[in-house]
Order: sequence, then C-alpha cells, then structure tokens
Amino acid sequence: MHIVVCIKQVPDSAQIRVHPVTNTIMRQGVPTIINPYDLFALEAALQLRDKFGGEVTVLTMGPPSAADSLRKALTFGADRAVLLTDRFFAGADTLATTYALATAIRKISETFGAPDIVFTGKQTIDGDTAQVGPGIAKRLGLLQLTYVAKISEVDPVARTIEAERRSEGGVQVLKTRLPCLITMLEATNEIRRGAMVDALRAARADIVTWSAKDAGVEDISKCGLKGSPTIVKRVFAPSARAEKAAFVDFANRAPAEALIEEMFKRQPKLEAELVVSARGF
Amino acid sequence: MIEERFDAIVVGAGMAGNAAALTMAKRGMKVLQLERGEYSGSKNVQGAILYADMLEKLIPDFREEAPLERHLVEQRFWMLDDKSHVGLHYRSDDFNEEKPNRYTIIRAQFDKWFSSKVKEAGATVLCETTVTELAQDAYGKVIGVKTDRRDGEIHADVVVLAEGVNGLLGTRAGLRERPKPENVALAVKEMHFLPRETIEARFNLKGDEGAVIEAVGTISRGMTGMGFIYSNKECISLGIGCLVADFQKTGETPYGLLERFKQHPSVAPLIEGSEVKEYAAHLIPEGGYNAIPQLCGDGWVVVGDAAQLNNAVHREGSNLAMTSGRIAAEAIFQVKSRRDPMTKENLALYKKMLEDSFVIKDLKKYKDMPALLHNQSQNFFLTYPQLVSKAMQNFVRVDGTPKKEKESSTLRSFVNARSWTGLFGDAFRFARAWR
Repeated sequence: MHIVVCIKQVPDSAQIRVHPVTNTIMRQGVPTIINPYDLFALEAALQLRDKFGGEVTVLTMGPPSAADSLRKALTFGADRAVLLTDRFFAGADTLATTYALATAIRKISETFGAPDIVFTGKQTIDGDTAQVGPGIAKRLGLLQLTYVAKISEVDPVARTIEAERRSEGGVQVLKTRLPCLITMLEATNEIRRGAMVDALRAARADIVTWSAKDAGVEDISKCGLKGSPTIVKRVFAPSARAEKAAFVDFANRAPAEALIEEMFKRQPKLEAELVVSARGF
Repeated sequence: MIEERFDAIVVGAGMAGNAAALTMAKRGMKVLQLERGEYSGSKNVQGAILYADMLEKLIPDFREEAPLERHLVEQRFWMLDDKSHVGLHYRSDDFNEEKPNRYTIIRAQFDKWFSSKVKEAGATVLCETTVTELAQDAYGKVIGVKTDRRDGEIHADVVVLAEGVNGLLGTRAGLRERPKPENVALAVKEMHFLPRETIEARFNLKGDEGAVIEAVGTISRGMTGMGFIYSNKECISLGIGCLVADFQKTGETPYGLLERFKQHPSVAPLIEGSEVKEYAAHLIPEGGYNAIPQLCGDGWVVVGDAAQLNNAVHREGSNLAMTSGRIAAEAIFQVKSRRDPMTKENLALYKKMLEDSFVIKDLKKYKDMPALLHNQSQNFFLTYPQLVSKAMQNFVRVDGTPKKEKESSTLRSFVNARSWTGLFGDAFRFARAWR
C-alpha cells in the first residue's frame, strides 16, 4: 500500500503576532510546526502502513525551510519525503495550491508508485479553509472522504475502505473504492514517538526536492500568486486587552486589603459600582 | 538497541556540545549528537554575551553569517543601593573594530545556526531525544547511551557529556556528585522588547553598537548575586541571579528580586514602555576551580557547564564551554589517531590540555573568590554598596559643610560599619582571592 500524506509547515499560532502598523503577520522568529491537523492524517497513514505494509510518502509545498517539517515527519516514521519548492509557488491560495500539489502527486505516482490513499488534515491552522484536501481530490479525480474520525476497515484485495465520517447530524459510516482521498479529523489518534532507528534515518535522510519543472508543472501561470484569484483585502489583529499585570508591594499592609486598595485605585469605577450594589440600590 | 556504532556520542547541543561535535566531525570522525530540545538552542539560556576569539578558533569567518545582535563598545559596572548607583563605565571606539571582540546574542537563534555548522561538518544531530542514562559495561566503562526513544540504546567509543550545569547523567552513573547549592546560582531573565531607536537612544548607541551593565548591590538583598542588562538589537535582556544556597537561607524569590531590580530608579527608565515577550530561568555554575568534578574516565569526558567551567568574576562561561568542547574533541581525536583505547589514562590528555589553556588557569586564579563572596555576602553585596553610595552622595552634594568634615564623616561611616580590622581584613582577603 502506498499512502501519500500532504502536510503543511505553519507558524506556531500560539506565538504569532501581527505587525501593529503594517497589519502583516510577523513570521520572522516565529517557530514553525507541522500543521497539527496533519499529524492526525500522518498517524492514520502510519497505522495503515504498519498493518498492511507498504510506504508512506509525505509531501509539502513551501519554502526550503519546510524541509524541517518533512524531516520531522520522517522522525515519526514516514518512509519518504518530497519537498515542492519554487519561487513560482509563493503566494498561492487554495486553488493554486491544489494545482501544484495535484501535479506533484501525479509525479510521485509515476516515480514511486500510484498512491492508494492520499491523506490531508481537516484544515490548516493558518488558512482554516479546509479546501485543499477536496481540491486535490477533484483535480486527481479521487473519491473523497472528508472529516473522517475513524478508518474502520480496509480491504486491500477488494480495494475498498470503510470510514466513519463526522457530520453535523451524527456519524456517517461510508464505504468507497480505493484510491481515495481522506481528510482526517482532529483528536482521532495520537502521533507516535518515532523509534531510534526512524530518528536516525530521518536525521540523515535526503529529502526529495522538486521545483515546479521537476514536478512536471506545465502551466506556471496556474501557480503561486499569479494563479490565485483570491485577494486578501485586509489583515488585522484583534485589539489586545488593555489590562497589564502590576507589581504590588504589600509592605506592611495586610495583603487582601492592600490588593483591594490597589484595585480600586486603578479602577475607580469598579469601586463606585461595588459600593452602590453593596448598599442595595 | 541500534547496531550502528559511532566514534563519539555528544550529549547536548549547547556551546560545549556544538564545539565538540563540530571539531570531531571536521576531523572526519563519525559523530552522533543528541539533544533533548526541539532544536539546538530551544532549551539553552544565557545572558547572553559571545566572546569572538573562542568562536573564531572554531569557525573563523563566523561574523559573515552568525546571527549576532550588537558588538559591545561599552561596559558598565554598577554598585547599587536602593535608590542610587555608583558606576564605573568603560567605553571605547577601539571596540568599533573590523573584527569586534564581544557581541550580544540570542541563544535560540545563535545555537540554531551553530548547530547547522555541526550538521554541515557531517555530524548526525538528533533532537527531541533525551539521554536517560549512560550505558556501562560490567567494569563501569562507559560504552554508549540509553535514550527515551524505543530501542534507543546506542554505543560509541567515547561519550562527551555536554549535558549542562545539572550533570544529571554523570551523577546517575555515579561518576560525580551533584552540584552543591553554594556552587550554583539561579538566574532569571526577561526579554524586554523596544524599538531599535529607543534602545540606541537610551544606551547612547549608534548602528550595531551595544552596551552592557553588570550590577551588584542591595538588589540581591545581601545574597551573593548579580544583575545584568544587555542591549540587543530590538530588545533588552535583563536578569538577576543569586546562589541557590542563599535563596534557601533567605527565602527570597527569584521573581521578587527581578521585579525589584526592574523597579530600581536607575533601571526602570531603561526599560520603560517595553513589552516582555520571553522569560527564562537557568542555573549557572559559580563554584569555580574547587567545584570542577572529575573531567574524564573510561569512555567519557565532561565539558562546559556540566564540568562547572564558568568564570564567575569575569562573567565568562560560554567561551569556557566552547573551548573545553573543542579541546576535548582534539584530545579524543589524538587518542583515536594513535589507535589507543578511550581509557581514563589516555583521555587524561584532555585534562592536561585544558590545564594548559586559559580555562583552568583563569579558574585557578580565582579559586578562593567564590567562597569569599559567599561567606562575606552581607558585606560585599549589602554593606559596602550602601557605604559607597552614601560616600558618593556626600562627595557630590553641595550643602555648605566643609569638605574636611564631609570626608571624616564618610570615613567614620565605613569604620562604624566594618571597623578598621574589618576593613583591612576585607581588603586583604579580596586582594588575596583576586591574585
């Protein structure tokens, strides 16, 4: 069984900041991680490989530094990593991204064997569109199972797969033919800690790196910013709460009283309101 | 267990570990470096000042690509009481040289770069992998490491312990004792972000010039300790550290000290309006020469903070770490080149080479200083700073008192506080420890 898992390197959203003046996301110095949703897809893929044999290929599109995420995926136990990197890919929206990834998956198919399943995470934490998985399926003509919570059965001989899909009304149990594309839901499994052999192999692995040309992209105008009809009109940061932490020196005062005194000093309105409500009118 | 063998395993990817791994890999040795953090630098904490000379010995053209913050043109030593500081400042345009001598750095960025050089040199660097214990044979010889990964035991001819100040592995294996509370300081620091121009205006800097302040006095509440303020490009590192034994004794809290340091009237204006985006805490080896554990044994050497190599008086640590890592690697390479086994006797070459270097020579010079400062902390960190501050105020304040009276009142304040014997004794003890 050959499984391709699409992952994305994203800025760690817990640490991201928006520039106060230009309103652009400040990526510099912000640590990057594998999109957390993609890890559920990767673990699901690794479990299928462990059960049925075969290989897991991880694929990402991004700047050369995205190789770090691929190496990490190898540490978890993936067999092969492909990095799609080219300045033509920069600034892609979901339409252009699916074009590039679908092209690369075709190339992977030619080079390393046709995939039985393509996995993606439900969505990314930086774009939140959940469009890339379905977009790839559409472009490759794959059957798609989205928001999958559990893969209940795979029959490699009959080439069928049965999965539980979470929908608004409840859980759907769906069966379909292979090959297919699955977008995996969060909290459905837990990414494993790679064994020492995997970690060693990952540290020394050569990551397959393809440019647009290497991947077989024919129409460069469908890639990157050029191929992206989406226009980002404005990015803005929600206004931060004004309250700041304060250091209160109790000195010789009783802590509780000193604290209330300090609070009222900073929030005179609060004191007035409390007094009013204490008096009962 | 992994069947593949390595020439050397380096535990830790800080300054010492990176220097050792880089040096051995450059010599063509098969090196595995293990780091528990997500990447080299992710867990490493320092003020931080980088001394160029020791890095030049490893990577001569580091200035072209290493992430450096500011080169230092000014050093300020402050003695503080609660409201004042007496300063000794040294600033020189000589430091605006083609190859500056000292830089401020941010370790998370710097170490990541340093580690990329280790990888380029051919070492295998494995992060997010914690070494849990040393693998030893029946005779106690160290033959490799055990890690927290599945089937995670790996063997090598020699293990370089660059595991940091706590020395947990060495302790667990019974190769050394744990560092004593009076020999380690606990330091806490914050990164205060400000616009570049603001930092440059407040510290009187232009371009990439930088300034650092080291401060002692009442901020440490009578404990043996020191505060520091380092200027980076767009932030100020500010921290304070005191001996763990003193924290134990006084019940003071590190964060309490830090808050008070920040509120000191000489410090507050420097960081006013800043945004704190990072904070960190770390132990610093302060025991000096007398606290150095056994440096090598059968199948192992210990380098950097793990070997307690830190010059508390001159605030030098990372350069001692880098140098010890490099020297250990050179010694290991020599033993290997002679096809000798990595026994304690053969690895003693490292100890000898280290003793011939500035590392041990400097630590030996100040060997009595840590104990003196610890035992006399009330005097050196509380009484004297207050006396000196009062004396300076007396000197500069113009209030119609004849100067002669002023001078004798200053002298009286010193004698009353410490007595003639005490004053001479302190001066004598300090001079002897400095010698």
